[in-house]
Amino acid sequence: MVDRVVAIDPALKTIHCKGLVPHESSIFEGHFPGYPIMPGVLLVEAMAQTTGWLVLARNRFDKMPFLATVKEAKLRTFVVPGQNLDLFSEILHEGSGFVVAKTHTSLDGKPICSAELTFRVLPWPEGRMKTTVLQVAQEVAFPVGDYVDA
Amino acid sequence: MSSTFDTVANIIAETCDIPRDTITPESHAIDDLGIDSLDFLDIAFAIDKAFGIKLPLEQWTQEVNDGKATTEQYFVLKNLCAQIDELVAAKTA
Repeated sequence: MVDRVVAIDPALKTIHCKGLVPHESSIFEGHFPGYPIMPGVLLVEAMAQTTGWLVLARNRFDKMPFLATVKEAKLRTFVVPGQNLDLFSEILHEGSGFVVAKTHTSLDGKPICSAELTFRVLPWPEGRMKTTVLQVAQEVAFPVGDYVDA
Repeated sequence: MSSTFDTVANIIAETCDIPRDTITPESHAIDDLGIDSLDFLDIAFAIDKAFGIKLPLEQWTQEVNDGKATTEQYFVLKNLCAQIDELVAAKTA
């Protein structure tokens, strides 16, 4: 759901990504017939993925973040097919094995949604997962070379 | 100034909706108070913020899993508070 990583703060506390809501998707057939809008849970997922890239960078891809808690989720307005969203996240706290982040989405500067997310940060459960994530990182223009040891 | 225990007990009561008067220094966070690992993330976040420390949860979990420590050493509240006090002292030393 993240199409492109636009910027990661050098101190690795913030990230900005772009996410284009597809013009067509089977999701819109039921949500809703004749009135397609992006499901709120998918907006939360987009913000979680944005935060995930930031946490991966901070851990130099040695560990994987898994979404654990969604708090204070606010879905302020409808999101429709074709809109190109700005996804932002900022780390509030890095604990031992977990991260708390504040994240929000905007469209042309107007707030769309926001939430506070907590992730467990765990060793990769299996090797193929890391390989796949690194492949996706290339696809979304994540600066992999800066964060993965050769 | 409130004690470490008071601060921790208040955090647990607020985070997990547990009556404050049921939380004692002898309470085991998991066995007595029924706090699960997800709730403990919220508690750890609040403790980290309140005391300016980083509870070493990964290390503690590893020690318990390896049989090198018991859950009582870290999750009975008086012991948890002692660990917090040590971390605070180490930070200010």
